[in-house]
Amino acid sequence: MSTIEARSLWKEYGSDVILEDITMTIAGGEFVTVVGASGCGKSTFLRMLLGEETPTRGQLLVDGKPLPGEPGPDRGVVFQKYSVFPHLTAMGNVLLADELEQAPISGRLFGAGRRRALERAGGMLERVGLEAAADKYPSQLSGGMQQRLAIAQALMKNPRVLLLDEPFGALDPGIRKDMHVLIRELWERTGITIFMVTHDLKEGFELGTRLLVFDKRRHDPQSPGAYGATVTYDLPLQRDGGPPASVPDELSARLSSPLTQGATDANDSRCQ
Amino acid sequence: MRRLINQRPGRVMAVALAITPFLLAVVVYSMASAERLAENPNDRLLPALHTLGMALERLATEPSRRTGEILLWVDTAASLSRIGTGVAISMALALAIGALTGLVPYLNRALSNFIATVAMIPPLAVLPIFFIAFGVGELSKVVLITFGILPVMIRDLQQRTEELPTEQLVKAQTLGASSWQILTRIAIPQLLPRLFDVTRLALGPAWLFLIASEAIAAESGLGYRIFLVRRYLDMETIIPYVAWITLLAFSLDWLLRRLNRWLFPWYSARKS
Repeated sequence: MSTIEARSLWKEYGSDVILEDITMTIAGGEFVTVVGASGCGKSTFLRMLLGEETPTRGQLLVDGKPLPGEPGPDRGVVFQKYSVFPHLTAMGNVLLADELEQAPISGRLFGAGRRRALERAGGMLERVGLEAAADKYPSQLSGGMQQRLAIAQALMKNPRVLLLDEPFGALDPGIRKDMHVLIRELWERTGITIFMVTHDLKEGFELGTRLLVFDKRRHDPQSPGAYGATVTYDLPLQRDGGPPASVPDELSARLSSPLTQGATDANDSRCQ
Repeated sequence: MRRLINQRPGRVMAVALAITPFLLAVVVYSMASAERLAENPNDRLLPALHTLGMALERLATEPSRRTGEILLWVDTAASLSRIGTGVAISMALALAIGALTGLVPYLNRALSNFIATVAMIPPLAVLPIFFIAFGVGELSKVVLITFGILPVMIRDLQQRTEELPTEQLVKAQTLGASSWQILTRIAIPQLLPRLFDVTRLALGPAWLFLIASEAIAAESGLGYRIFLVRRYLDMETIIPYVAWITLLAFSLDWLLRRLNRWLFPWYSARKS
């Protein structure tokens, strides 16, 4: 599928360095999970992949071409919340992609076009197990169902890359397990490239084929913004459902303290 | 004994409590009226309740000797068409301008400060200008109502548009939505229930501007009638008219609230 390539990528806000010198290549079809403490630029990197933010220096390429400076249909996204539209039913949310594409002016389909779109959207709802909730509004769905809906909605565009920004962070552990099974299965079936940011180290290890750790190499206590984060660990993980790779001791020691402290450990409150 | 803030009235008690202030107002009025009438049976200031009732019946059923029309209905039709036109124009403009300035940064920069400044102009102070520019007919009254409520409505809807989560706008773009489609399928549908809310709030000022403009120059209308008969201390007309205006205002508010719930089930569901 799609290759993502970062070449000496920097992101700065004024004098604060968020990300420094990131160089890496993500091959098409990989399932990359990204962990790191709060404020270490994981989400900033994801927003750059989306096109919401642009690199200060360096290049970010998808299939060898620089990203356009705005979000587009080749990169789908699921956020932790607000990923679905509250004024549309589950069916309406999934239908939206086809409606927008086929009806540039009205944004609505009628007659045969609508029937075709309904059929396709219905199939997608079925794939994520929401066929019974087609007529419900998002406010009537549970958190897990809303995220399933958001995934279904994103997959309707057949994006080359699916970006997930802590998509399961607000869910109960049991529901989260179900979602892991779902996303794994969808990934295996579609062969899509997935880039997932998570707070949960265990989730990061279990789910992906490759784990990236964002962290600061250097730290200046006098000036917390002087150095940015970069990819400090880049670990290939076991595929095909084998037992999760064990967490290297050094890594877990390094990550566990900032991870548990979470957002309160905000030396760098500008990037979250 | 539980704290006062934890004590709740039962069903019957709640109704009784709600009725009490209305009853009290009526009782106080009748007592004051009876006292004045006992001193001077020709007193015009506080007519007895049954005199008011008879006056209302006369106003609503008997044609005027001068014009042959039933005054209450003529006045009501004139006033409702003015306030209806003014409010409808304001709703349409507020929705369009509010959504556009909330969504398009260029338009926001161009118009926000201007609208905020115009909103500071006291509408009644420019009423003479409207009379000079648009004559003393219907147009100047509709313009006054629109001028009085539109800036506040625009600013409210602009703010509501800006409050739409960024995640939603990004998600729409990843589904391939154009700016036009984001406006028509994402922003405006979510603004409509809020438009009804802000219209309910704007109805109070709208009535004020209607009555003010009718008081100064008109040939019919509820405000015109009240200010006309004021010269003769005709409380028998004024008080029923005020009660009627209150009832109309209350019904309009109720109607908008019901419409909001019927038309946008997702909106009330989300708030609860």
